[in-house]
Amino acid sequence: MAALMDSTLPTRRRPLGTLIGIAVIVAASVIGYFLFPNNLALLTRIIATMLLVLSIDLVTGYCGVATLGHAALFGAGAYGAGIVSAHFGITEPLTMTLIGAAAGALAGLVSGLVILRAHGLPQLVLSIAVVHLFHEVANKASGWTGGSDGLSGITTDALLGLFEFDLWGRTAYVYGIILLLIVFVLLRVLVQSPFGMLARGVREDPVRVAAMGASVHSVMLRMYVISGAVAGIGGALNAISTQVVGLDSLSFTMSAEALVMLVLGGTGSLYGAMVGTVSFMWFEDVVSAANPFHWLTIVGALLIVVVLFAPKGLYGAAAAFLSRRRGGGK
Amino acid sequence: MQTVLSIAIDALAYGMVLFVISIGLSVTMGLMRVVNLAHGAFAMIGGYLASYATRDLGFGYAPAILIAVIATAIIAVPIERLLYRRIYGAPELTQVLMTIGITFCVIGLANYAFGPTLKTIPLPETLSGSIDLGFRAIATHRIFAIVCGLVVAGGLWFLIERTAFGIRLRAAVDNAPMAAALGVRTQLVYAVSFAVAVGLAAFGGVVGAELLPVEPYYALRYMVTFLVAVSIGGAGSIPGALIACLLLGAIDTTGRYLAPEYGEFFFYLAVIVIVTLFPRGLAGRFK
Repeated sequence: MAALMDSTLPTRRRPLGTLIGIAVIVAASVIGYFLFPNNLALLTRIIATMLLVLSIDLVTGYCGVATLGHAALFGAGAYGAGIVSAHFGITEPLTMTLIGAAAGALAGLVSGLVILRAHGLPQLVLSIAVVHLFHEVANKASGWTGGSDGLSGITTDALLGLFEFDLWGRTAYVYGIILLLIVFVLLRVLVQSPFGMLARGVREDPVRVAAMGASVHSVMLRMYVISGAVAGIGGALNAISTQVVGLDSLSFTMSAEALVMLVLGGTGSLYGAMVGTVSFMWFEDVVSAANPFHWLTIVGALLIVVVLFAPKGLYGAAAAFLSRRRGGGK
Repeated sequence: MQTVLSIAIDALAYGMVLFVISIGLSVTMGLMRVVNLAHGAFAMIGGYLASYATRDLGFGYAPAILIAVIATAIIAVPIERLLYRRIYGAPELTQVLMTIGITFCVIGLANYAFGPTLKTIPLPETLSGSIDLGFRAIATHRIFAIVCGLVVAGGLWFLIERTAFGIRLRAAVDNAPMAAALGVRTQLVYAVSFAVAVGLAAFGGVVGAELLPVEPYYALRYMVTFLVAVSIGGAGSIPGALIACLLLGAIDTTGRYLAPEYGEFFFYLAVIVIVTLFPRGLAGRFK
């Protein structure tokens, strides 16, 4: 199966591209550090959201599943990491992150099992129902989650016993960058692997993939679990850096906004997911500081414009423009 | 016994309001295959216009309903022409994003124009009291909402099953290219059905303002409920939508009465169970 795919599809393994990506992320984070030294909390929040958007990209961009309920996975990671710290005294940040990833993967498995049972509109409705269900459960289990007050009392040890999480958020920021780099490299490997190719095949033509002998459902479910782990890491990072987990991390609004970020940047590309998150959240910060009332109107107008004029998103449109310039319509 | 009866009446009224609003969505979704998340926004516009007409312009309840329905439909026509027509037949993700964008815009503009507070639509004397059935008094407004639901269901059934327009509409639903080849002006059918659907949404928004209060986040808060109703009923089916709305109204109202601390837990649990059991809706013909 793998050999067949490798021989029929043009090879897409590009270690150089991964290195360039790493260099760009590192450069951007160094610039961010020096441009906004007093706003590292926002930058860390952007990184956590970026992980969520990357995880949506895995199922939406690569497998073609439209979901409006992905915050459930992010919130599961955040609550997982927060609860072990607040209730069980596990305050080692790496362990908390791993537990967050595991909680996210579990939530991914559960919601994948539910959401993948339907297609089209019913699938969308199921994804919405799942995130609302998670939200209601977290609200009801207030003994564990703090309910609508949010989960507080999260403490974290120094990272590797050396770097305390300081008030300025420097450690959290650097930790976030490192997590993002690790996830980025792993996802580059994943999407270029035979399994990643298979997932693209599912998006293009599930019937054909099934006819080739692969199980469409199993591919999508595995992708959902991986996506849950990624979103869970994002949630854990959020819990570690802000030391509080609110119900809004499980909300429908968060799911919808993250999907908007993905589409703004461009689906089906890791860079698109990251570009979209940064532009959306930076834009939100600027506009809502200037005038919170018009924020929604502008996001709405922006969405309509993107759908009508740049359906591939910012990154997709830029990449298409560059390749036209370079290759003369290749 | 008293509780059972009040739950039943409230559930019926709520289900009917849900039906009046979401049947338009069901028809357009069955006809144009557009996942229109902005449908609730049109119901909200209707509610705002009716509130403005009664409270600021001094119109009565009935003229206010009429103004709201017609004005909302007029607002919707250019939106259909300029925005929706471009996404017919587009992938779901595109449709979802475009219509969420429209919803966000409407929320932002409503917030700007009318402020973030809750808007009421004062009821006339005849609807604000209650009717005594001898053993139990029932709020007249609830009965009014139920009657409205029945009238809309009957009217739509007549329009779709018994008129020339209905024949064209059904033809376009079943096979749009073939209908167009036979001389049905499908673009016109689309535009008219969209206007009717939006008008119904506005009507439901006004009639249901007592149950679903009008405020800027209305469009987002109930968007999911309407979408769920259509998905469970099966897009394009009037009986399906009616059954789905009554069922959802019953589940939601019962949950609120008997286990309010669980919020909407049972509602969404029921949604998952129903969608899993009937992936095409209770009576759907949408793929």
